[in-house]
Amino acid sequence: MAAKTLYDKLWDAHLVQQRDDGSALIYIDRHIVHEVTSPQAFDGLRLAGRKPWRVDSILATPDHNVPTTQKERAHGVAGIEDPVSLIQVQTLDDNCDEFGIVEFKINDHRQGIVHVVGPETGACLPGMTVVCGDSHTATNGALGALAHGIGTSEVEHVMATQCLVAKKMKNMLIKVDGKLGLGVTPKDVVLAIIAKIGTAGGTGYAMEFGGQVFRDMSMEGRMTVCNMAIEAGARAGMVAVDQTTIDYVNGRTYAPKGDLWDRAVADWRNYVSDDGAHFDAVVELNGAEIKPQVSWGTSPEMVVSVEDKVPDPAQETDPVKREGMLRALQYMGLQANQPITSIHVDRVFIGSCTNSRIEDIRAAAEVVKGRTKASSVKEAIVVPGSGAVKAQAEAEGLDKIFIAAGLEWREPGCSMCLAMNADKLDNGEHCASTSNRNFEGRQGYGGRTHLVSPAMAAAAAIAGHFVDVRTFN
Amino acid sequence: MKSFTVLQGVAAPMDRANVDTDMIIPKQFLKSIKRTGFGKNLFDELRYLDEGKPDQSCEGRPINPDFPLNFPRYKGATVLLSRENFGCGSSREHAPWALDDYGFRSVIAPSFADIFYNNCFKNGLLPIVLSDEIVDSLFNEMYAAEGYQLTIELSAQVVKTPGGESFAFDVDEFRKHCLLNGLDDIGLTLEHADAIRAYEAKKRVEAPWLFDVVK
Repeated sequence: MAAKTLYDKLWDAHLVQQRDDGSALIYIDRHIVHEVTSPQAFDGLRLAGRKPWRVDSILATPDHNVPTTQKERAHGVAGIEDPVSLIQVQTLDDNCDEFGIVEFKINDHRQGIVHVVGPETGACLPGMTVVCGDSHTATNGALGALAHGIGTSEVEHVMATQCLVAKKMKNMLIKVDGKLGLGVTPKDVVLAIIAKIGTAGGTGYAMEFGGQVFRDMSMEGRMTVCNMAIEAGARAGMVAVDQTTIDYVNGRTYAPKGDLWDRAVADWRNYVSDDGAHFDAVVELNGAEIKPQVSWGTSPEMVVSVEDKVPDPAQETDPVKREGMLRALQYMGLQANQPITSIHVDRVFIGSCTNSRIEDIRAAAEVVKGRTKASSVKEAIVVPGSGAVKAQAEAEGLDKIFIAAGLEWREPGCSMCLAMNADKLDNGEHCASTSNRNFEGRQGYGGRTHLVSPAMAAAAAIAGHFVDVRTFN
Repeated sequence: MKSFTVLQGVAAPMDRANVDTDMIIPKQFLKSIKRTGFGKNLFDELRYLDEGKPDQSCEGRPINPDFPLNFPRYKGATVLLSRENFGCGSSREHAPWALDDYGFRSVIAPSFADIFYNNCFKNGLLPIVLSDEIVDSLFNEMYAAEGYQLTIELSAQVVKTPGGESFAFDVDEFRKHCLLNGLDDIGLTLEHADAIRAYEAKKRVEAPWLFDVVK
């Protein structure tokens, strides 16, 4: 039998019907739903008189719009001050109630960011196909699953048919060998990958992350990396199943138990790329050479190491790229050749589906412990990814460390990653952010985002500007 | 879904690479629970000089005079020309909804982000990939001639210029069929309900841990 990649195996295991033109019907095991991309899909079902094909495949939770201050959260949905957000969250509740879908509602202790809740509850498992109306669904690929974002029409399609019309993607292997240096994190690895291949480098590919760096990485670290596959153009990112995967899943609420667990584990162990499997593209990086990364522009590929300077458009030969760089520098209010460490930050955001898990929170807490936020930083917020992450962090006393250092400890949600709730940047403000996108206006009208790891964001909160966390004492 | 057969219309420029879906339709407008009405906020942060709010009338908002879509010559445009990696970023289908609601029926670029590309077909919007060189020449012709129109014939898979040039493009057979006939994907898939049930029955035996757990 021909050697297969992890993606080939996941695809084959979910193929319901192959069509002559290359498109296929793929069965979907888990569908995660949030309030922003689902209301029109539920409306579509109602209009056509349809019902979800398999209600038990769906898990919902509101995350994009939910407020993160305790004051607003105290009164549940009714307490949401923005009336438009309130309607959207209420609509999710109503739709889930109507169709009998399990939903972790706003003040349920299990509520959180969809891509944090899925893995931590065991709702998303190795070997599954997972979709959600959100491009960061690839996060779940860390489990050895085929997970990717879909549009709202597809949300409706999956609800109505349990299938997705898809065309098989090509296989790309991102191989990072070596050992990461102290202070270099999974976020730095994925930013370095994006810097190397560009935001369209993975377009049309399913991206597998392989090599020693990922074998050594924790599950949460792998989630951070897979999360940003889309920023490299790939809908799906994934890591092969190994003992780290199995240990992570064991004991989670929705994970199989007893005999079923043993059967499941035996099945999951197959979800690795065979020796000699064919990849259409292979990209290699040396883990030991990766340094802490900071984005300087308005696209995730506009990223350099903290030791570097802001690039000079005059050195760029491609006219379209040069134009993009000039526009980015103007939007960001930066000068070519200015050292990254000279960029001052007005706000700090530690959170998002990329970096809001317990290991991220611990890494940030370790940096700020016993220190104080720079007075020039107006606000630094730490937003845990879920109720479970929040409870764990509080049990470890991390919330107190942040508060003592002058940072704010918030309720779970997407928050300032995309600023659909009240957490946003003001015009012209620079933000050290652990989120995933630095597009114009993403974190607030005129806001200037710098993508960094949790430790780097925490260090910037203390110093008031970017600093190399490896030498920050 | 509305069908797409032949389109003849004014072309307008979005002359930059990596146009992301946050740019196409900023996040505050995603709070709507409807599919329509996003056109007035298409490229909101570029089109207007102030910050747009959801549920706000755009009448009387300060217009950015330097943004091409605000130029009278591009009024009523139905074809958008852009550069590589159009539609990157968020999976929000509000992006094609906004383009469609504004009046665009087709976007031509050297490359598209996967999710956006896919979302277009669900909404009667045709994304067309042409080479860098061809897109470049279309930009130049468009800038040189006010009222520049392109003709797109989906069945023949060609884009025709006023000068008589004709450029072929690729499109998947199934997507083309759905678009030409305005077919609803869900109805087509449900014709194969038996195959889905058969797959499911087999999986329930092989991998029972996938079923009836979240309830």
